[in-house]
Amino acid sequence: MSSVRVIRGSEWARPVRPVRREVLSNTPELEEGRSPLLFVPGFGHGAWAFAEHWLGHAVSRGFPAHAVSLRGHGGSEAAPKASLRAYVHDVVQVAAGLPRQAVLVGHGAGALVVAHALARYPARAAVLVSPVFGGWGTLGTALRRNPAGTLPAAFGGRLRLSRAQLFSRELPDSEARRYVSTLGRASRRAQWQLLTRPELEPPVGDPPVLVLGSPDDRVVPAAALSRVARRYGSAPLLFPGMGHDLMLDARWREPIDALLDWLEKEPAAH
Amino acid sequence: MTTSTDRPDPEATTLALSRDGRPVSDRGDTVCVIGAGASGLAAMKNLKEHGFGVDCYERETGVGGAWNWRHDRSPVYASTHLISSRPFTQFPDFPMPDSWPDYPHHSQLLAYFERYADHFDLRSHIWFGTEVIRVEPVEGDGWDVTTRSTGGYGPERTSRYAAVVVANGHNWSPKLPGYPGLEEFRGEVMHASSYKDPAQLRGKRVLVVGAGNTGCDIAVEAAQQASHCWHSTRRGYWYAPKYVLGRPADQVNDTLLALRVPLRMRQWLYHSTLRLTVGDLTRFGLPAPDHRVYETHPIANSQLVYHVGHGAITPVPEVAGFNPYGVQLTDGRQIEPELVVFATGYLPRFDFLDPKVLGDDSGTGRPNLWLNAFAPGHPTLAVVGLLQPDSGLFPLAHWQAVLFARLLQARRSRPDRAAAFAATAQARAGERYSGPVKESTRHWFEVGHVDYLRAVQRALDSLEGK
Repeated sequence: MSSVRVIRGSEWARPVRPVRREVLSNTPELEEGRSPLLFVPGFGHGAWAFAEHWLGHAVSRGFPAHAVSLRGHGGSEAAPKASLRAYVHDVVQVAAGLPRQAVLVGHGAGALVVAHALARYPARAAVLVSPVFGGWGTLGTALRRNPAGTLPAAFGGRLRLSRAQLFSRELPDSEARRYVSTLGRASRRAQWQLLTRPELEPPVGDPPVLVLGSPDDRVVPAAALSRVARRYGSAPLLFPGMGHDLMLDARWREPIDALLDWLEKEPAAH
Repeated sequence: MTTSTDRPDPEATTLALSRDGRPVSDRGDTVCVIGAGASGLAAMKNLKEHGFGVDCYERETGVGGAWNWRHDRSPVYASTHLISSRPFTQFPDFPMPDSWPDYPHHSQLLAYFERYADHFDLRSHIWFGTEVIRVEPVEGDGWDVTTRSTGGYGPERTSRYAAVVVANGHNWSPKLPGYPGLEEFRGEVMHASSYKDPAQLRGKRVLVVGAGNTGCDIAVEAAQQASHCWHSTRRGYWYAPKYVLGRPADQVNDTLLALRVPLRMRQWLYHSTLRLTVGDLTRFGLPAPDHRVYETHPIANSQLVYHVGHGAITPVPEVAGFNPYGVQLTDGRQIEPELVVFATGYLPRFDFLDPKVLGDDSGTGRPNLWLNAFAPGHPTLAVVGLLQPDSGLFPLAHWQAVLFARLLQARRSRPDRAAAFAATAQARAGERYSGPVKESTRHWFEVGHVDYLRAVQRALDSLEGK
């Protein structure tokens, strides 16, 4: 990774345009001084994806939990021309607005957004769930698994993720259909940036990073999971039999419990 | 989450005696930070982040230093707004809310620092209401820091630290020029540091001396509140509007800097933009600037020229002297103000340090440092925030703190690089990071933000062996 970057002339000269952001929060009744979690959904998903199960579960274990919808997603303001930088800005803005240093949890391409945000905000810790770090390999995998839904996206159209890509067969069909129909889309520009992969800067404050995923994920191959984990000097924690959307799949409880256990044990994450 | 307080135990073991034989509690590898203003907070947060323990001493009872209007040394007045826009003012890793205005109010800035202190759990490291009265180097690059309660009550206490960050600010000790006859003047005289509210000007004939950003702000308020306002300036200045081409002016300037447009070209562009928008200032009786733009500290004020145009501000030259009922100007005119406000700036003060430690051998009060932060011969001392940038100060203070934290890390892990750093500090002390500027105490610490940050980037890279 490259060294720390002090001068950001073009960013100073062109601040990201502010938009109205949707943040769903769930905080425990008794403040126990734990670091708040900030969940960042991937492309197409909104804060709702975490509100479904994980927010409530984190709170029941005493962690204040928040989920943000990236601009153009969920209940946030529309932003058809948003760049990856604008998404990163959204995450850093919400994180810096929390009362304490936050733990950033990114899912899918949201994990890439979190990885970029780590260079701009000293997170307490970070968790990358089924991380999609992009590149042409990601496109290849998606084209193979879901050609009809992916091909338009390669030309700037909407990416249509299928039920089989996101969930295991254990998830009841009605629920899976409901989730898939709720999906939105990321901006064309951000989709392109996901392929061309702007360089990642080193995280500030050296936070511990955990990578979660499933070997049966049809969006992120196991090799890609290990690559991401290696970048942060660890190995991925795997949940076989689950789909890409660990937070919505039938066995959503296992990964979130593992994540919270890790946070409780990791000394630097306190 | 750390909830324990890392404060020194009052019964800490006394391992050594200070020079005059009083007990010293040894704080080991802990770093002492003097002041919990913007620079001190940035120093604490970054030292903590790099794994150091910190103790901070703050003479007031809250954080925010100069930006906390409750503090008796705070220079802010009711209407103080930032003169650099948000992207240049916020800490690089803790942005201000993007719902805030381009140029936030001082009360928002205080809220920002309070949130910063809470977010990074800094308050538990701060000894409030405690002032530092002596900082002395001891063998092995350590420091003995002697403190007592603000105001001189209570006993003195001395603690030994591995390193010290001086972040006591430089905008609190007023600089008052001497004028012949000032003592006999029967009107009211005040320094801008005691100006708080436009009600102090209401209905009076006011003379404002000084064309800094404060002087111009007060002149603008006097134009609206006083019965008459004279504004005395030493020379002609460039009054830059806060917005040009529909955007905050500093963002437009940095667009050019990002494109690496050379200084002369930027000056020419600036002059032509001002000519097209603000126009010829000599028409209003203002003197023509005797320097090019970027050669004095920039003045960001859109309203001054507007009120001169309304006749509410009369520009006058320098003050020659006072008599009991009036003020003599250098052009021979005599004016009769009831209230004179000296917006003549501030001088740095380090009462707790031997001036020689900061390289000020001749006693002029001007430290001789590298990167305006590192004292030759004292590798464990840093001054943070002693800068007068042409932009926001806080990002620069942040990077100074990061650099110092990495230097302290390198002293453990890579002593060779730390030694090279110390040698550079020795060789390059007094280096400037701006184009040519007018020689004046006001420009002692003047730096161009990009020139300065490039120098910090080079220093960081050399510490990392790049």
